[in-house]
This record gives sequence, structure tokens and C-alpha cells, in this order.
Amino acid sequence: MLKVNDINVFYGNIQALKGVSLEVNEGEIVTLIGANGAGKSTLLKTLSGLLKPKQGTIEYLGSSIAGKQAQSIVKAGISHVPEGRRVFANMTVEENLELGAYLRKDKDGIAKDLQRVFELFPRLLERRKQQSGTLSGGEQQMLAMGRAIMAKPKLLLLDEPSMGLAPLMVKTIFSIVKEINKEGTTILLVEQNAHMALSVADRAYVIETGRVVLSGTAKELKETEQVKAAYLGGL
Amino acid sequence: MEWVQQLVNGISLGSIYALIALGYTMVYGIIKLINFAHGDVFMIGAFIGFYAISGWGLGFFPALLLAMVVCAIFGVLIERIAYKRLRNATRIAALITAIGVSLLIEYSVIYFRGAQPEAYPDVLSKSTFNFLGAQISAQSIMILSVSLSLMIILQFIVHKTKIGKAMRAVSHDVEAARLMGINVDNTISATFAIGSALAGAAGVIFGVYYTKIDPLMGVIPGVKAFVAAVLGGIGIIPGAMAGGMVLGVVESIVSALGFSLWRDAAAFVILILILIFRPSGIFGKNTREKV
Repeated sequence: MLKVNDINVFYGNIQALKGVSLEVNEGEIVTLIGANGAGKSTLLKTLSGLLKPKQGTIEYLGSSIAGKQAQSIVKAGISHVPEGRRVFANMTVEENLELGAYLRKDKDGIAKDLQRVFELFPRLLERRKQQSGTLSGGEQQMLAMGRAIMAKPKLLLLDEPSMGLAPLMVKTIFSIVKEINKEGTTILLVEQNAHMALSVADRAYVIETGRVVLSGTAKELKETEQVKAAYLGGL
Repeated sequence: MEWVQQLVNGISLGSIYALIALGYTMVYGIIKLINFAHGDVFMIGAFIGFYAISGWGLGFFPALLLAMVVCAIFGVLIERIAYKRLRNATRIAALITAIGVSLLIEYSVIYFRGAQPEAYPDVLSKSTFNFLGAQISAQSIMILSVSLSLMIILQFIVHKTKIGKAMRAVSHDVEAARLMGINVDNTISATFAIGSALAGAAGVIFGVYYTKIDPLMGVIPGVKAFVAAVLGGIGIIPGAMAGGMVLGVVESIVSALGFSLWRDAAAFVILILILIFRPSGIFGKNTREKV
């Protein structure tokens, strides 16, 4: 479904991604784990069109999306839940969700997906008319995910959904990630919480200082000494 | 009962300031630029209205509408030609450009038509009526209701329409707005279009109310509207409306007290006070960043 081939991305003169290649197949949950500053978020931003690769190709459903405008990438079916949620704090929960469906014109479909989001996240239904800036961190994460789902994505990019959340909330979020995947959305998940990420993912990539250093099925990686030592706290 | 009369005058004047201040505040909200050319868009609006009424014999409302449309296009042109390429430049560069655009517009108008003032034709009824013992002109009521209607329409656009929601999204977080599929460039242009249309309307209203227009007429009302926007809290739409009204009323009170010569100074005293005691404005919140 998604094929990233040898991309280089720069912030000014600083190279953040050095020849990264990875692949996501339809229906999978693929996770990208790595430390702070390894280039995980950079990769997602490049996929969603916020950054342009200097080199390399990104192929999505058979066509190239490298360097395309963010809006055409959203239209093609890739939604990005950014790091730090980035909900529109000055708007209500409902308005945030409506903005998620900004490019869609099918009113019935939008209404149906709104119902679906409220089923996935009943908390958002309760807080429908509330300013989203007043939500808790977990609720904002739910909103950010719900907002992305409103675009009806085929591929969902999740950037650190567990960041700053209480353990119980992390569990809830991850079980919802699994559910979204079961309903047919492919997921590329970026995480620092490698333990959680590897437990839900089918396959995983480990990224260090802008390079993919390891890849394999989640099960395999869990057993690798390198991953155990660096990301699973020697468990 | 002179007080009631002064109050009505103040509110009418304030509603003009408010209309201009809205453009300042909307543009600031979305690209963090104080568009100093905004007062000149107001002047262009006044002249379009003038030519429409006295040249083509249009009535008040068609002239108002025409001025709004022309100013909307003009505002978008300014943004696309002068500001768009500075989107990633320093703020001071954009600010200096805005001042340059302002001077360019003023002196282009002088170059093409001369600097002489023009007398606005009478288009609204001059009748007055008695209210609580005060003589209120029908004109000022008309002006006030037009301004208020425009503000209500603006509120509707910003809160209920798709483009309004996109504008609020972009002003809050450009990158997140991009991820929703919002076309940021078009949204910024729409903001300039709406803000400039309001300034154009204010220009026509000003012309009708004060009857004299000239190519530099935008300078002082422009600066005062900027004060009004800061007073209400720059970037906040209801703040601009309230700030404009407060400023208008304060100016009339200063006049009514017999200090007409000090009227213009009042705005700047307010600006200094607000910057000392409440820099975020009446409606502004002290921004705290949540990490």
C-alpha cells in the first residue's frame, strides 16, 4: 500500500532522514520505534506532505506522493494524527470533528462517520459542545484520532498517541487503535513506548539517528537483544 | 440632552472604527501581521463609493456593495503580491513591507487623481427625529444598523461556514489545519478579502457621514482602528468590535467635555494605558503554554 524508498529529508542543513525505506501493506499495523530525535515524526510529516523529501520516492496505492501538497494527500486517503494532538483548542469537540471531514462532500457519509467516532469514543459524545482546549490529555488524543477518522482514511498515521497519558488511558487508546485497524484502516504507528507498540503491531521498524537499523515482525523484534536492551528496558 | 446625542455620535463613529479594526484583527489572527495598508483599503473603498454614487448615480446600497467587492479583490491582490512571499520572512520585514504598501497606495491615488479632497454626495435622508429630547439623525441610525448587520454577518461566516471554520483553524495552528486538508493559502486570501470588504464598507459609510474624503483619509482612522483592535485584544474578533465602540464613545465624550482638540490624542492615551496595564487587551487572555 505504502512504499517508501530511500528518502532523505532535511531541516535546513541538518539531515533528519538518511536513506529511509519502509513498506506498509494493506490491513497491517506497522510501528516505527526509536528514541527522541531519531526522525520518526519527520518521516510521518514527510508522508503527509508537511515536509518534502530531497531525494527518494514515496509510492502510495501505486502513485507517487512525494512532495505533494498536504491537501491532496489527505484527499488520497492518508490522515495524520500529529504529535502532541494539536486539536483546535478554540473550537468545540464537534467543530474539530467537522474539520476532520473538511474535504468531504458526502453529507450522509460524514454523519455516519461522526456516529462511528462517537461509538469509538463515547467520551467525545459527552463533551460534544465543549471547547476542546478544556479536555484532558487523553480526551484530546481521542479527539485528534476521531478528527483524523472523519477524513475516512485508508491509511492512518499516528504520532506518539501514548505521550503524556496515564497507563490506563494508554491501554484504552491502544485497544481503540486495534479496533480501528480491525474495521479496515491500515495504521502506521510511531511510538516511544516500544512495549505497547510492539504488542499491537504486526511488523516494526527501529529507527536511530535518521536510519532504519532493524526491521521485522513485531514478535521477532521483541525477542531481539538490541531492542530489549535499548527500548524495552531489558525486560 | 446633548449627552444622548454625543453618545449616538460616538457609537456611530465607533462602529466605523470597529469595521476597520475587524480587518486588522482578522489578518493579525491568521498571519500575525499588522497590515498597515489596511487604512488605505478603507480610503479606496470611500473613493469607489464616491465615484459609484456621483459618477454612475448608484444608490447607497449598490455603492456600498460595489466598494466591498472591489476592496475584497484589492485586499487579495495586496496579499498575493506583497505579503505572500514574505510568509516565512521575519515579522519586521513583513511590517516594513506593509508600511511601504500603504505609502504606495496613498501616493498612487494622489498621482492619478490629485490630492484635492472630494465632497461626498448626499445619499441618505438628512431628517432628524427626537429621542429622549435629543436630535438624532436618521443617517446615524442607518449607519449604525448597516455596521451592526455587517458584524452579525461576519460572526455568522466565522462560526457557521466552512471557510470561517478553516480561518479559525489556520489562525490557531497552521500545520494542523494543513493536515485537515485545508488550503492555507486560499484561507489566508479569504481572510484578506473579508477584512478588506469590511474596510471598504467603512470607507463608504465614513464618506456619507463626514462628507469629505481625500487620499490620505485612511491614515488616522487606520491608526485608530489599530488602537481599537489592540484595545479589544488583537486577533480576537469580538474584541475589535468592542474596542472600536469604546474608542468612538471615548472620543465623543472628550469632545462633549469641550476638549475637541484633544480628541485624536484620546486614542493614543488609551493605547499607552492598555499597553502598560493590559497588553493582551480587554478580551485577551494571558497566554500560557501547556507543554
